[in-house]
Amino acid sequence: MGEEEGGDPGALFEARALTVRFGGITALEDVSVSIAAGEVLGVIGPNGAGKTTLFNVMCGFTRPHSGTMAWEGRTLTHMRAHRLAGMGIARTLQGVGLFGELTVLENVVAGAERFRRTGLVSAVLGLPRADRDERQLRERALAALAELGCEDVAGRHPTTLPFPIQKRVALARALVAEPRLLLLDEPAGGLGADDLGDLTERIRALRGTTAVMLVEHRMDLVMSVCDRIVVLDFGSVIAEGPPAAIGRDPRVLEAYLGQEPGSGDSRGASAPGETQGASAPGGAAA
Amino acid sequence: MSAIAARARVGRARIGELTLARGLLLALVAAAALFVASELLSSFADLELAEGLYFFCVLAGLTVLTGLSGQISLGHGALMAVGAYGAALLIGEQHWALVPALAAATAITAVVGLLLGAAATRLRGPYLAGATLAFAVGLPALADKYSSTFGGENGLVVNPPNPPSGLGSSLPLERWEAWIAGAGAVIVLFTLHNLVRSGYGRAMRAVRDDEIAASLCGLRVARVQTLAFVVSAACAGLAGGLLTVVLQLASPGAFQLSLSLSLLTAIVLGGLGSLVGAAWGAAVLVLLPSWTRDIANSFSLSTKVSSNMPLAIYGLVLVVAMLAWPSGIQGGVRAGGARLRALVRSRRGG
Repeated sequence: MGEEEGGDPGALFEARALTVRFGGITALEDVSVSIAAGEVLGVIGPNGAGKTTLFNVMCGFTRPHSGTMAWEGRTLTHMRAHRLAGMGIARTLQGVGLFGELTVLENVVAGAERFRRTGLVSAVLGLPRADRDERQLRERALAALAELGCEDVAGRHPTTLPFPIQKRVALARALVAEPRLLLLDEPAGGLGADDLGDLTERIRALRGTTAVMLVEHRMDLVMSVCDRIVVLDFGSVIAEGPPAAIGRDPRVLEAYLGQEPGSGDSRGASAPGETQGASAPGGAAA
Repeated sequence: MSAIAARARVGRARIGELTLARGLLLALVAAAALFVASELLSSFADLELAEGLYFFCVLAGLTVLTGLSGQISLGHGALMAVGAYGAALLIGEQHWALVPALAAATAITAVVGLLLGAAATRLRGPYLAGATLAFAVGLPALADKYSSTFGGENGLVVNPPNPPSGLGSSLPLERWEAWIAGAGAVIVLFTLHNLVRSGYGRAMRAVRDDEIAASLCGLRVARVQTLAFVVSAACAGLAGGLLTVVLQLASPGAFQLSLSLSLLTAIVLGGLGSLVGAAWGAAVLVLLPSWTRDIANSFSLSTKVSSNMPLAIYGLVLVVAMLAWPSGIQGGVRAGGARLRALVRSRRGG
């Protein structure tokens, strides 16, 4: 980690040596993460490890004290949230973050904002081309809702819908922007087994076309969809690799279970139940 | 039967989807209704109509700001003062014609709104209320401070607008004033109707509901909020300019803090976020004080009681109205309409 001159040329997005401090607390320390186009990357770690802080830096909500980011090889010192959608980055929020007083359709149309072509003058004068523009956005939104099987609730208000449906609408709002990188912040939170299976399929279907960065506590989901996993603990990357290797990594087990890495016996004992054990702290958090 | 009804609904929806057609139709109907009303009403009632129309302008802008973009302003009375003094100076001192003077007053107020709006994007809730309150309290004092320009306590007097000679000499001044104010109100109605229906209206509501989610959708939260402020300030400026034309006077007494407060009351009472609600609010602002005065005078009470009676009745009306219609008069009308429709449907079904 640290000095990476030019970084990884093949990476779609790259964070280089990010450090974030809140007062005396270091939330991220020298964190470097990269994701390739079409890759599904899991970001896991115990509570307070810095996962959401990493997302917030990537979205421009938190400014890093040091470090840079690169999008498609171009270096950016900081991100701006409202620019992400235009760049091709979409993010879902923990919880749902839907607009409560807008209909489901309007919520998703808002997500398609980057495809709007007409400006204020057309809007104020009510010109037909502003209408055509709106119709085009609405068609995109309806298609995104249909893709997720939510077109029948297009006219409803999100607060009247069951939580798993709200989560789907939030995903539709992110996907309608046709992102090249999708940041999912705990997409499985509050979902039952059926909906989780559906989400798993959904993420798998994105692989190859849309890069997905997944912050998630549900280990079953992370292990089954991710190409690669980055493990954060106390603001630092402690492990990185394919799911199978991460599941066996003693440092990861230590971070989750608080065991001494040296005590070989207990490590061996916990190995068969590793995914189960690892999901326990996450379960308590969700 | 139901198939025909369905087809009719589709047809209607198709015409209704054209924002321009809807907006023009709305403006035309409003203009025709105002024309007929002004012809039927007495001179005094025409003056009240003109007052209601400039109040509609400022209330429509304020309801977009507060109802749609979720920002509160206690400073709209002061923004009206900017427009009023601007129009008074341009018409009275510079001898500008009516339309360019009103357009300039609107533009000047929009610029003030831009500054206020830029500050407002950094403030939330009570802090924004406080900042706009300071604006409302402080601005009228400028009239005293620079009394050579703004005429001090007496304000600026302008000549009454001359009706074009083509309309005949019999046209009462009040009716002509009502037409001028009506033209302003129809323009405001048309533009705001289009804006509210457009992507910008949706952007304002999205920003109001969740700023973080809105920015992730690619919306520039501060810009959307400032836009709402500028639009609503422009409406307030036009309203102020029209006030000068209608009353032939711009004086600090007309733009006290109480004006800003009653504007906010009126949009809440009318139905927050609704342009029709703004019209209700304007009617309340104009008619309620004179009604309460009439009611107070109809009882032969001592002057001490009767002079306080209008205020008491006003308060009572507000409390009762908000209890009866928590989402404003327009909310009540909508709920009533829905109930009526349900009743008709159940009758037809049975």
